Amino acid sequence: MSDEQALSEHVRHEIDRWKGRFPEDRQRSAVIGALHAVQHENNGYLTLEQMNAVADYLRLPPIQVYEVATFYSMFQTRPVGRNNVAICTNVSCMLRGAEEIVAHVERKLGIKVGESTADGRIYLKREEECLAACCGAPMMMVNHKYHENLTIAEVDKILDGLD
Amino acid sequence: MSDDMVNLEVDGRPVQARKGQMIIEVTDAVGAYVPRFCYHEKLSIAANCRMCLVQVEKAPKPLPACATPVGEGMKIFTRSPYAIAAQKATMEFLLINHPLDCPICDQGGECELQDLAMGYGRDVSRYTEKKRVVKDKDIGPLVSTDMTRCIHCTRCVRFGQEIAGIPELGTTHRGENMKISTYIEKSIDHELSANIIDLCPVGALNNKPYRYSARAWEIEQRATVAPHDCVGSNIYAHVLRGTVKRIVPRPNEAVNETWISDRDRFSYEAIYSADRLTTPRVRENGEWRDTDWESALKLLAEKLQAAGKDAGILLSPSSTTEEAYLLAKIAGHLGSPNIDHRLRRQDFSDQDNDPEAPLLGLEIAALEQVDGAFVVGSSIRREAPILAHRLRKAALRGARVSFACPEPESYHFGVHEYLSDAGLLTELAGVAAAAGCASNPSVRDLLAGVSATAAQQRVAASLSEAGSSVVLLGAIAERHPAAAALRTLAAAIAGATDSALGYVSEGANSVGASLAGALPHREAGGAARGAKGRCAAEIATGKGPALLLFGAEPGPDVPAFASEKRGYGFVAACTPFRSDALEASADLLLPVGTFAETSGTYVNCEGRWQSFAGVARPVGEARPGWKVLRVLGNLLDAPDFDYENSEEVRDELSAHLGSTPPKGGYAGGGKPVKAGAGSDDARRLDVPMYQVDGLVRRATALQRTPEAIRGREGC
Repeated sequence: MSDEQALSEHVRHEIDRWKGRFPEDRQRSAVIGALHAVQHENNGYLTLEQMNAVADYLRLPPIQVYEVATFYSMFQTRPVGRNNVAICTNVSCMLRGAEEIVAHVERKLGIKVGESTADGRIYLKREEECLAACCGAPMMMVNHKYHENLTIAEVDKILDGLD
Repeated sequence: MSDDMVNLEVDGRPVQARKGQMIIEVTDAVGAYVPRFCYHEKLSIAANCRMCLVQVEKAPKPLPACATPVGEGMKIFTRSPYAIAAQKATMEFLLINHPLDCPICDQGGECELQDLAMGYGRDVSRYTEKKRVVKDKDIGPLVSTDMTRCIHCTRCVRFGQEIAGIPELGTTHRGENMKISTYIEKSIDHELSANIIDLCPVGALNNKPYRYSARAWEIEQRATVAPHDCVGSNIYAHVLRGTVKRIVPRPNEAVNETWISDRDRFSYEAIYSADRLTTPRVRENGEWRDTDWESALKLLAEKLQAAGKDAGILLSPSSTTEEAYLLAKIAGHLGSPNIDHRLRRQDFSDQDNDPEAPLLGLEIAALEQVDGAFVVGSSIRREAPILAHRLRKAALRGARVSFACPEPESYHFGVHEYLSDAGLLTELAGVAAAAGCASNPSVRDLLAGVSATAAQQRVAASLSEAGSSVVLLGAIAERHPAAAALRTLAAAIAGATDSALGYVSEGANSVGASLAGALPHREAGGAARGAKGRCAAEIATGKGPALLLFGAEPGPDVPAFASEKRGYGFVAACTPFRSDALEASADLLLPVGTFAETSGTYVNCEGRWQSFAGVARPVGEARPGWKVLRVLGNLLDAPDFDYENSEEVRDELSAHLGSTPPKGGYAGGGKPVKAGAGSDDARRLDVPMYQVDGLVRRATALQRTPEAIRGREGC
């Protein structure tokens, strides 16, 4: 598959913008930005073809793109639900009841962390480390949006509001 | 004391070191061993295993010796209780996830982790939690994987990036889930790939064909020389009760550093192939039957004696120097000048211009120091992987490396120019014109009406502007129908740009065979023969009473010899293997030993004589080639044929050659050359990497690699 088919014009434009921020021959630095752009347009996950296309576009060996995509927890390398739900379980949130929230959400959705609902509506992220919102613990991030000072009722409301 | 030196102390001993050196280099130099896994002198520093922690006075914590530069007045302690405690703590961490499967691990007995765990590990683990398990990957037929054993030193990853130039393995995922993998299921595919077996300090990456077939403490390590390319990589054969179990590199900075090609590593499998000829065989009334050595050699001697000056001899360019010399001596005794080792060459019109031996023109180690290189008619990665590696190092240093070759080939470095569009001869003529060779009488006719393209001009400029440069002629140029014109042009370019002219020659010993006089136009030492003999192509296609093939099979090795219309009354072959083509074309087959089963000498492309002893017990009734030829000489009543060992043969030749080193280059000045006919059909001129000789064609694991499959499909 050629770049044109695997990467949209917008994505290619984004990659060029990231590439331009780094010196010549340092296009490897643009991989994170490139993968974010690709994942954003692909329902929150990356396909092998897309990673290969990014490697091809940036003239990198594909393994260097796989390394980045598998290293960072914000990249998904298999199909996931369209809404990304990440509940922080780091120390502040844990002390403020994050584990109960995770247990409740798992029961409510009928899935474990790291899984997606059968209808493809929600992906419950496997493990979320501190998102730097400890003063509002417990917190979770839904599709890049922070929700703080959570209660079980509030979590239900937020999740039920997702389409 | 010069400014770039510093004084320091290692374990109380005063030491001087260069500024910027890492502690581990200094401790290694003074023999104070610091344990390590990720550090390797040929690779970049990763500092990720932490095994080399040492104590440095005034430093607040232990420092990794591989990544800490030395400083003035530094006091380093490698064996202090503080340093040992740090090393032991690291070892405990490394062993957390390492399986306790040494009894079923091939690395057992030669494992860096096992050895260091003896010195630095606890006898009982304090770890009671779950251990990590990693799924194994299939990365091809050469390297087996047991990734649970991996300690993430990343030597294999850095090898791919820095030495091979193509990262195939990487570190994917992270933390507890980090693993070394290709991510997708794929075979690693590089001519040096299997060196990661030696680099891996544990049993994660192992030798697949060798797997579970011997133990390190049972095998003997015997030094020998690799038989497939003109580099003559130094190798060790690991031998169990007379049988070669595997091949590993024997470090030699001047030749192969610490690497060997996959071809040199895995071709040994063919020694035990089902194709081995185990007894002499003779064809009578169209039927093949076994015979004994005595009657076989008697028959051969009779036929050769009867053929006399009309006998023909074709020998493989990978024959040992001793074999080549004895064959030349036998030919001389018979009065026949019809002997040749240049089996794939087509154009012999300029053979009097050839150098005494096809030398590289510089030392192998000097190849990485050139500023400009122009490789003509060579898929050098396949012909001589170690030379390609040296050229890559030069290119990484900033050298401009260009190629002229009919088929585009990928190189893992920035290629200055790749000339392939217009055909080899035209491209070369363009470069010669750009280099200002028009007034050179030898190429004047070839350059008539030629004007250089921009790319050709850039190649010429890269050579003439370089401080040191080299023009290399490869096997595709050697086999080209217009080879004389190519050689003349290359010599003219080298002359005009003040570059060395060199050859990447065929087989392991084209240089030795040339010096030994296995040529129809020259005797041993290079003197012209009184009566010129027939060259290889004429011998192969010619007629006569008797032909002797030595180590070469009709078809793949002697393309010009068509078994169905042979012109010889009697054909004998000294060969380690049987083949259908041999059985169809020969009357007598004599089993001779492979490189592992004979003593001998290869002279590599830089003129380095490398002698080796036989390392393995010959298969069946196979005998070392030089012994067979010695007895043959005796049966022919040839004088001075009473050699007790191969060293006597070698010493006789080297005494005859004297101490003056042979001349390389090309005597192309003067006589004008016309372009020969013929196209550069790369498919016909190129011999796939794993087809070059009888050994590699029968090496099972090599034949399953992607490279071999591509080679077979291309044919």
